[in-house]
Amino acid sequence: MRQRARPPAGLLLIVALLLAVPFVSDGFREQLIAKYLCFTFPAIGLVLVWGHGGILSLGQGLYFGMGSYFMAMFLKLEAAAQSNTGSALSQFYGSSLPDFMVWNSVEVLPWWWRPFHSLLFTIAAIVVIPPLFAFLLAYANFRKRVGGVYFSIITLALAAMASIVIIGQQGYTGGVNGITDFKTILGVDILSDRIKRVLYFITVGTLVTSVLVVRLMLASRTGKILVAIRDREDRVRFSGYNPATFKSFAFAMSALLAAVGGALFALQEGLASPSLVGIVPSIEMVIYAAVGGRLSLVGAVYGTLVVFSAKTFFSENFPEVWLYLLGGAFILVVLFLPTGLAGLADKLVSLLRFPRASAPASMSVRTAPEDIDRPVELGSAPPA
Amino acid sequence: MILSVEDVTVSFDGFTAVDGLDLAVEEDELRCVIGPNGAGKTTLLDMICGKTRPSRGSIKFKAHELTELIEYEVTRLGVGRKFQTPSTYEDLTVLENLEISYPKRRGVIGSLFFARDAALMDKIDEVAGRIYLRDHLGAKAGLLSHGQKQWLEIGMLLMQDPELLLLDEPVAGMSPRERERTAELLTGIAEGRSTIVIEHDMAFIRMIAHTVTVMHEGKVLAEGSMDEIQADPRVIDVYLGE
Repeated sequence: MRQRARPPAGLLLIVALLLAVPFVSDGFREQLIAKYLCFTFPAIGLVLVWGHGGILSLGQGLYFGMGSYFMAMFLKLEAAAQSNTGSALSQFYGSSLPDFMVWNSVEVLPWWWRPFHSLLFTIAAIVVIPPLFAFLLAYANFRKRVGGVYFSIITLALAAMASIVIIGQQGYTGGVNGITDFKTILGVDILSDRIKRVLYFITVGTLVTSVLVVRLMLASRTGKILVAIRDREDRVRFSGYNPATFKSFAFAMSALLAAVGGALFALQEGLASPSLVGIVPSIEMVIYAAVGGRLSLVGAVYGTLVVFSAKTFFSENFPEVWLYLLGGAFILVVLFLPTGLAGLADKLVSLLRFPRASAPASMSVRTAPEDIDRPVELGSAPPA
Repeated sequence: MILSVEDVTVSFDGFTAVDGLDLAVEEDELRCVIGPNGAGKTTLLDMICGKTRPSRGSIKFKAHELTELIEYEVTRLGVGRKFQTPSTYEDLTVLENLEISYPKRRGVIGSLFFARDAALMDKIDEVAGRIYLRDHLGAKAGLLSHGQKQWLEIGMLLMQDPELLLLDEPVAGMSPRERERTAELLTGIAEGRSTIVIEHDMAFIRMIAHTVTVMHEGKVLAEGSMDEIQADPRVIDVYLGE
């Protein structure tokens, strides 16, 4: 709500900053920021599903992973078709297999890899499979009124299982190394500086579009019902809505956002890895949203960038204790900034506007009937 | 007959809250249900609106069997429920609370592309006027006083425009003045629809009731006009006292 009432100054600022990056920084920093930006997508999804929907997902890494693996599978098949490494073996087997399959004596491309020869199928898979899976999972739970912390644990368990399966099925998934070592998309070199820059702008464009679309979604009646469900799920049923479909829809949207982030990550980093699927990365995604302020979409973008910058700064300067410093910073935010950076920004803005009172002044509500004329102060008892 | 409850029984962990209950409500009737605490009044409403499933018996609303349905399905058939404690959406404004209660396009996609039209805004304006909240459309529901929240919830029911309205202690916790206004509001609302009201306040019931049903230990103890009820020795014995 606060989100919509405020002019999107935060959004304009971050877009300006992001567009300026390629012109003021070196390629290395630009690459880092491009990578960080991929993680803003799951953070935005968490603002939608957790901040506004009240559904804490501790397993967004699963959907980020789906996106990145689908993309990497396509790129890997293209690389295998061109590659000379292992070509003797693959010619022996009569098809061009990804190198890790050859090393693991997988002789035939598994059937579920085959459709990923097509870029169109790959893109469709990225935008359809994660949200569809998420919707079905969520609906099965929410229809039976399994929610809250139980649902969080289910999401957590699924993310953990996914990373274990990926690591265990090395011949089909690349195992702990992930899928890597690909250089082109449709014959275009993705490692060249020019294409990297193009991908960077595509990422920024996709991010801005996502923020605006989710904003519209939250402003619609669906968004309001989502907030209503967060606060009073039982009551919503008596307004004639089925909360299960609304919650599942929000969860599916958050999965879609995570998958898009994952796909962009695979494209730009040349990697899909199980280390981005399991519990730790999933919980980090929650931290990005919490630091940014879980009710603010733009806040989630800032939150992700700030956490990553802190991570880089701490690990470069205090390599031995950086993880503790990061954890400490997170605890401080949770303790003292429950609304995150976005809440802090709001407070600063209102301090600048109303230097004397930090809270908006018009906080008293008049009671309606003509016979009671005195205003009622907030927090005081109703008139007796 | 708009609602017919037949031989309905429900038990929780061996405790029978409602026991072989029969109840019939006619169209446009305003029925009051009274009885001591634990008589099963709220449980009865819970069963009608799909919150609790009876272990035996049948509840028919028009041609529909309600015992097979869950809350939102019952609501969509035209049954509205007001709870004992005010239940509004506190993080939404009065306007948004009313908008959400508008009974159109209640699917995810329908709500995503739901646009406020003139008909909706007219209706909101009319309802807000009736519940004395026209000047508070932009206020968050959480900032309203207790009585205003009760009115807002009644307004949400007006937006919903149900054929059968279930009210659970609508004047509980209200000041005498708010009570009067609410009684006025409720008699206005009850016109043109069937209503079941649970209430303890006998003065309030006398103001609004046509027929009164007295419940005791999950069963119907007596049924009739207010005068008949107040003269009934069994009712005096278990509920009204001397």
